[in-house]
Formats: sequence, structure tokens, C-alpha cells
Amino acid sequence: MTRADLPEAAPETLRGGPRRRRVRTGAVGRGVPLPLLVPALIGLAFLIVPLVALLVRAPWRSMPEQLTSADVWQALQLSLVCATAATAVSLVIGVPLAWLLARVEFPGRGLVRALVTLPLVLPPVVGGVALLMALGRNGVVGKWLDAWFGITLPFTTAGVVVAEAFVAMPFLVISVEGTLRAADPRYEEAAATLGASRFTAFRRVTLPLIAPGIAAGAVLAWARALGEFGATITFAGNFPGRTQTMPLAVYLALQSDPEAAVALSLVLLAVSVAVLAGLRDRWMTAG
Amino acid sequence: MTRTARRNRRTLQVTGAGAAALLAVSACSSSGSGSSSTTSDSSASTSDKLSGTVTVFAAASLEESFTTLGKQFERAHPGTKVTFSFGGSDSLAASITGGAPADVFASASPKTMKIVTDAGDASGTPATFVRNQLEIATLPGNPDQVASLKDLTNPDLKVVLCDKEVPCGAAAQKALDASGLKLTPVSYEQDVKAALTKVELKEADAAVVYKTDVHAAGDKVGGVEFPESADAVNDYPVTVLKGAQNTDAAKAFIALVRSTEGQKVLTDAGFLKP
Repeated sequence: MTRADLPEAAPETLRGGPRRRRVRTGAVGRGVPLPLLVPALIGLAFLIVPLVALLVRAPWRSMPEQLTSADVWQALQLSLVCATAATAVSLVIGVPLAWLLARVEFPGRGLVRALVTLPLVLPPVVGGVALLMALGRNGVVGKWLDAWFGITLPFTTAGVVVAEAFVAMPFLVISVEGTLRAADPRYEEAAATLGASRFTAFRRVTLPLIAPGIAAGAVLAWARALGEFGATITFAGNFPGRTQTMPLAVYLALQSDPEAAVALSLVLLAVSVAVLAGLRDRWMTAG
Repeated sequence: MTRTARRNRRTLQVTGAGAAALLAVSACSSSGSGSSSTTSDSSASTSDKLSGTVTVFAAASLEESFTTLGKQFERAHPGTKVTFSFGGSDSLAASITGGAPADVFASASPKTMKIVTDAGDASGTPATFVRNQLEIATLPGNPDQVASLKDLTNPDLKVVLCDKEVPCGAAAQKALDASGLKLTPVSYEQDVKAALTKVELKEADAAVVYKTDVHAAGDKVGGVEFPESADAVNDYPVTVLKGAQNTDAAKAFIALVRSTEGQKVLTDAGFLKP
């Protein structure tokens, strides 16, 4: 059946082939088949329209008042600090974890990898509950933290960082692990033959090699941490200046003052877009 | 040549998937409108015999008693089904004004009910069906010996309050203001159940919640009544909604809530009579 079709299809392709290639470098729209273009545009609209709606419905007139209120700055500042701290935590413990998953053969590695990525698909509230069970004042580990060191995490800024890191770190680990798998291990082996220890090889050879992947992962993790809501409100609670990050402020503002919620959302949107757009071309594509 | 053939096939597959997705979307919407039209038809043709689903949006604090009343209603009217959406009154009100399909709205404060009536989404005047008073929830056995609202101002105690934006938080603030107390909680929780949960999990030492919530939590928490709560009693209004698709059943459900047997369920749960 295919053999019968071929002679007819062949001249078409011969004519169509070069033309298509020329079109791709010139006018972009003409070469794209309609059955792809239409759903693609629907997809684009689906993602963009809600964001545009925020702009349309924004209370521009009262915006200056909304945004200069001390509460907003407090929440934004806390969000930025906590997201950055959560990213730092993720880097310190996430990069070694990614290295372990990519470079060391051990039984059950597939299972460990699946567990590591679990927070990606877990509802954040479930993550918050799990953190309470583990690190709460009465939690499996938290009980001892409290008894031995007097540390309790719920209702503290550190608790926000923990919640955000829990949700955001898998993004970093996945990104770094992917980069490590793509990176040629022979460089490390060469370093080893020259007498470098495995840690030296990691520090001096592997780390610079995968820097773009680490940066991409860090940006993703930071952005995810900035937007974290469910785990934070469940695990760290909500207190202005201590645990009330922007997403929490948005949620609670929505209860009584939708205009304020829209204004706050716009700030968060602007910060996220600025960071993602600023870093994407430099790092994300390299990863 | 084979490459082109493959490319064509792939294009077809993608188109197919897109078409399937569109079909699924349209199927969803058509089935949605279909089911809604059948419910309104059946309720219109058989007005004396109730049937179909009643969708009730109710304050989180009503969860236990309304679940019981829903079962009673279904037993009394075979063929009906009561579905609930429990949550913070404000977010429920926001969903209703945003067009959520609900038949009945029972709110924990007149203020949140006003959001719905102001938007013109209520049918008729809302009626107060119960009142609720605040109580302090403590750890089981009250190890910190909390005896009054003033005891909660002790900085060694981790106290959670509801956020001021939600009714239980507004009521708590009212009680604190009335007694001239200043209280710094560790967290302002998003609804009354979240506040109570923090005490149930022993993460907080005390919370100011409704009497009914302490009652519902059983022996997982202790309860301490305080006189200032009389200054902050919440009225609970209930109404049929304008967008209701099952008005008859919605009215019947509200009638059950306000009946003697309905009131018994509610007072057993700790609510006060209006």
C-alpha cells in the first residue's frame, strides 16, 4: 500500500522540500501547517489570556496606594528572601543528590529517583501536612529538634524556607541530573587518572562543566519557591512579616478585597516574568 | 521519501490528537448543560415530589451538622442527593458571585452573606438559622492551664487565630477589642478548621475557634469558655440562590435546617438558637 503511494508522493516531496526550507528562514507563518498552527495558537491564548486578564482588571487608579502599603513590601521582601534561601538550600543539598543519582550505581536507584521527584506531582498541601508530621513540634523528627535544640519550625521564617525548598528542590535535582547524564564522564575519568580524588574531580571538572544546568535548575527552583502557597500556609502558617509570603497575602486579600489581590498578583507576576525572561535566554537553553 | 511519509503521518497524529481534545472539551460542555437541563425539567414537572441534586455551599463550621442533615434529607426524600461544598464563607461567597452553580448558601456571618445579596445572587431575604459563639481550644487536658482569654496573651503560649478577613477571625478580634486585650498569635489561619487543626496536631497550644469546632473535635482538644465571647456572637444566615437549578429541593433543605429536628442536630453540635 505504501509502495503504491510512493511514486505519486515523490514528486510532491521533491517540489515541496526545498520550498519549505526556504520558507522557514523567511516568512514564518506560511510554512506552518494549519492543523498545527490553530491548536498552537489556542494553547498560547490559553496560557496568556488569564495573565492579560489580570492586567485588564487591575485597579490602576488605586495601584500606587495598594503597592506602597507597608504590608505589601513586607510580604514581597519576605517572599524574595525566602525563595532565595530555599534555592540556596536546594543547591547545597540538591546538587550532591543529583550527582549521586546520575553517577553512582546503587540498588533501588530508580525508586530513589522517583521519590525525589515526588514533590513535583504531590499537591503542595499534602507536602505541608507531610512536613508537619515530620518536622512539626510534635513530628517524627521535629519532636527531637524541639527537645534537644529547642528548634521548632512551624510558624517561623525558617519553616517557610523549608516548605519552599521541599517543593522547589526537585526542579533543581531533575535539571542538574539531566545535565550530568548528558555531560561526558570521561573528563572526570581523565582527572582521576591524573591523580584527582573523586571529590576534587567533581569540584574542579564536573561542577564547571554542568554550571549552566545548575543555573537553569536554580532559576526554576527559585521561581517555584516564589510562587509556593499550599505547603507554606499548611506548614509555616500565616503571620505578616514572619511567614506571610506574597502568595499567602494574595489569597487572604482575595477574601475581602479582590482589587488588592489583583494588585498583589501583578507584582508577583512582574517579578517572576522579569527573572524568568532575564535568565531564560542565558541559562535555560544552555541547560 | 520515507521521511516525508513519516512526517505526514506524524502531522496526522497531532491533528488527530488535537481534534480528540476538542471533541472531549465539547463533549464535556454539552454533557454539563445536558445534565443541568434535565434537573430543571424534572424539578419543574414534579414540583410536589422532590428529586435531583441540591448543591449546598456552607461555612466550614457547619460541616458536621450539615452532613448529618444532608443524610436526613436524602432519607426523607428518596431520589434526592445533597452535595456540599464546605469552606471559608468568604471564598464560598466569592465563588457564588463568580458563578459557581449552587442552590443554597449558608454563611458564618451576615457580612459574607451581604457579598452575595449585594451581587443580586440571593433569592429572597436570608434568614438567620443559628448563632455561634467562640471558645478557646486547648491541648487535651489543658496542660497550660488556660482559663481565660487573657491567659492567651502569655508570650510563652503559641496561639493561632483565624485571619481577620474570615468570620471567626473577625469575631475573635471583636472579643479581644471588647476586653481591651492585645494578642500576638503565631499565625493567622485561613479558616477556622485550619486553626483548630494546628492545635489538634499539637503545633499550637491554643486557638480561638467556634464552640462547635471544639465540640466536633471531641477529645482531641480541650475547650475553655470565656465571657467575652458573648460580645462576638456570629449569626449564620442561609438563603436559596438565584442561580439555583433545584429551587424546590433547596427550599425544602432550608426548611429542614430551620425545623425542630434540624435545630436539634445543630444545637447538639454546639450552635445556639437564633
